Amino acid sequence: MDLSAINPVLLIASLMVAATPLLLASVGELVVERSGVLNLGVEGMMITGAICGFAISVETGSPFTGFLAAMGGGALLSLLFAFLTQFALANQVASGLALTLFGLGLSALMGQGYVGIKPPATPRLDIPLLSDIPVLGRILFSHDLVLYFGIALTAVVWVLLKYTRVGLILRAVGENHDAAHALGFSVVGVRVVAIMFGGACAGLGGAYISLIRVPQWTEGMTAGIGWIALALVVFASWKPWRVLLGAYLFGGISVLQLNLQAAGIAIPVEYLAMSPYIVTILVLVSLSADKSRAPASLGRIFHASQ
Amino acid sequence: MIRLERRPQPSRLWSYLTPVIAVIVTMIAGGLLFAALGKNPVEAIRTIFWNPLFGEFAFYYRPQLLVKAAPLVLIAIGLSLGFRAGIWNIGAEGQYIVGALCGAGVGLAFHPTESVLIFPLMVIAGGLGGWAWAMIPGLLKVRFGTNEILVSLMLVYVAEQLLASMALGLMKNPEGHGFPGSRNLSDYASATSWIDQDIGLHWGMAAAFIAVILAYVLLNRHILGFNIRLSGEAPRAAKFSGVAPARLILFCLGTSGALAGLAGMFEVAGPSGQVSIDFNVGYGFTAIIVAFLGRLHPVGILLAGLLMALTYIGGEMAQSNLGLPAAAIQVFQGMLLFFLLALDVLTHFRIRLSARRTA
Repeated sequence: MDLSAINPVLLIASLMVAATPLLLASVGELVVERSGVLNLGVEGMMITGAICGFAISVETGSPFTGFLAAMGGGALLSLLFAFLTQFALANQVASGLALTLFGLGLSALMGQGYVGIKPPATPRLDIPLLSDIPVLGRILFSHDLVLYFGIALTAVVWVLLKYTRVGLILRAVGENHDAAHALGFSVVGVRVVAIMFGGACAGLGGAYISLIRVPQWTEGMTAGIGWIALALVVFASWKPWRVLLGAYLFGGISVLQLNLQAAGIAIPVEYLAMSPYIVTILVLVSLSADKSRAPASLGRIFHASQ
Repeated sequence: MIRLERRPQPSRLWSYLTPVIAVIVTMIAGGLLFAALGKNPVEAIRTIFWNPLFGEFAFYYRPQLLVKAAPLVLIAIGLSLGFRAGIWNIGAEGQYIVGALCGAGVGLAFHPTESVLIFPLMVIAGGLGGWAWAMIPGLLKVRFGTNEILVSLMLVYVAEQLLASMALGLMKNPEGHGFPGSRNLSDYASATSWIDQDIGLHWGMAAAFIAVILAYVLLNRHILGFNIRLSGEAPRAAKFSGVAPARLILFCLGTSGALAGLAGMFEVAGPSGQVSIDFNVGYGFTAIIVAFLGRLHPVGILLAGLLMALTYIGGEMAQSNLGLPAAAIQVFQGMLLFFLLALDVLTHFRIRLSARRTA
C-alpha cells in the first residue's frame, strides 16, 4: 500500500466533483419534501437526466445544451409522478418506486446507441489569478460551472425558503395542507411546481455524473446515488446548508474509498465499494431519533373535498 | 370540470377491473412504443403475450413460465404483507442475493458428499439468510425509527458487492480454471432444487404455491393477518385495539426477507445453477410491480406473477426474433405499474363532471 500516492489537493478537488450530483439531487428533493411530497423517484429521474444530457451533448457537441436537456428530461419525468400523486391521488411511495423502475428502463432504452462514446468535454472554469493561488486555487477556483451552480442553488433555496413569501407558502403547504388550502393557496399547484423543480435538479445531477464525473454512459450508472440523496435530506433535517455539508461528507467517503482502492490497501475492493452505502445506513440510524423537523404533511395525500 | 368524489367504500368491482384495464392500456401504450422503435406493434405484442403460450414452440416456453413466475410470486407474497401494513421493504433484491449466498454456501460446503439432508439444510440457510438481511432494516426501524425504505434499499447495493466478493473469492469454483463463479449446483444431485429438469419443475414452484395458500389463510383466517390489514387501513384503530407495531414490523419484514431469501436459494440451486456476479436479474424489484398488480392479494399475486413471467419470456422471444431491445421490456413493466396506480383512482373515487361553481 502506498498512501503517499494520494494527493490531498486533488482529493479535495475530486471530493467536490463527487459531491455535486448528490448536492443537486438532494437540494431538489429537499424542496419537494418541504412542500409535503415524498418523491422516491430521484434515482429514476437522475438516470434519465444522465442519458438525456449525455445524448443531447453528444448530438449537439455542446455540454451546456446537454445540461439543459437533462433538466428538461428530469422535470418531464417528474410530471408523471406529479400526475399520479396530485391528480390521481395515488400512494406516493408506490408512485416514486414506479418512477424509479420506469426511469431505469427508459434510460437503458434511450442509451443503447451511446455506450462507449466519449462526451464533449465540459470546460473547466479556471478563474484568472484566483486559480493560480497554490493549493487553494486548485481546490476552490478551478472547477466547472455546474459545480458552482450547485453551491449557488443551495444558497438560493436557503434564502427562498427562509426569507421570502414564496418560501413561506411552500412551507405552509408542506406543514399543513388543509390550512394552506383554506387560506386560498393552490396546494396542488405549489406541489406540482416543487416536484418539477426536484425533477430538474435530479436530472442535472444525473447529467453531471455522465458528462463530468465519469464521463461516459453505462446502464444503471447512478448506482444508488439518487437513494443516497434521499437519505441526505433526512440527514440534513430538511435544511439546505446541512445538505451541502452532508453532500461533501458523502462525496469525501466515495472519493476516499476510490483512492484507497487505487492505492492498493489490503481491504478487498468489494468491501471498500460497500462503504458509502453502509455509512448512509449508519448516518440514518444516528439521526432518525429526531423526526420533529420533518414537514408535517410529508407523504400525506391532499384531496380538497368541497 | 372534472371532480373527484370519494367513495364511502372502495369499489370492489373497480378493484378487480383496474389491473385488467391497466394491462390492456399498457399493451396499447407498449405497442406505440414498439412502433416508435420501428417494430410492427401487433407482431411484437403477439410475440410477447401469445406465442409463448400458444405459438409453435409453446411446449418449450410454458414450463419456462413457471420457472420465472416462482421467484416473483414468492417474493411478492412476502412484500404484499408489509405493503398492506404500510411497511415498505423494497430491498427484496438484496435479501434474494443473501438467501442465495447462504443456501449455496451450505450446499458448496458439503460438496461432494451426497445426502438427503443437504437440500433441506440449504432451504433453511437460504430462508434464514434472507430473514437476517431483512431484520437489519426491521430492527433499526423498531429500535431507532430509521426509515426502512432507505435502509433496505442501501442493503441491496451492499449485497451486490457481497455477491461479487463471493463469486470472485470464497465461493469460486476451484476447478473453474480461474473463471469467476461457483460450482454448478444444478449438477450436484443432493443440492439441486430441480425436481425434474426435463419438464422444468423445481421446488421453488412448490414453495410459491404453498406461500400463496398460507398467505391467503393468514390474511383471511388469522388474527395476525387481520392486524396487518387493520394497521394499513386504519392505523389509529389498530393502535387502540392493542396491535404492537414493533412486532408487526419485524414479522412483515422478516417474512418478506425469508421468502425472498428462499426464492434466491431455489434460483441459485436450480435455474441459475451457480453463484456468479450477474446472478441477480432484478426479480426483487419486479416483484414490487407483481405485488401491486395482484392487488396485494395472494391469488392476484399468483396471476400477476404469471403475467409478469410471460412478459419476461415473451420479451426474450421478441428480442431474438424481432430484435426488440431488452430495455423495452423493462419500460413496458414500468409502464404497467404507472397505469395501474393511475387507474386505481377509480377504486377510491367517483369521477363527476360538473360545471364550475362560484362561491
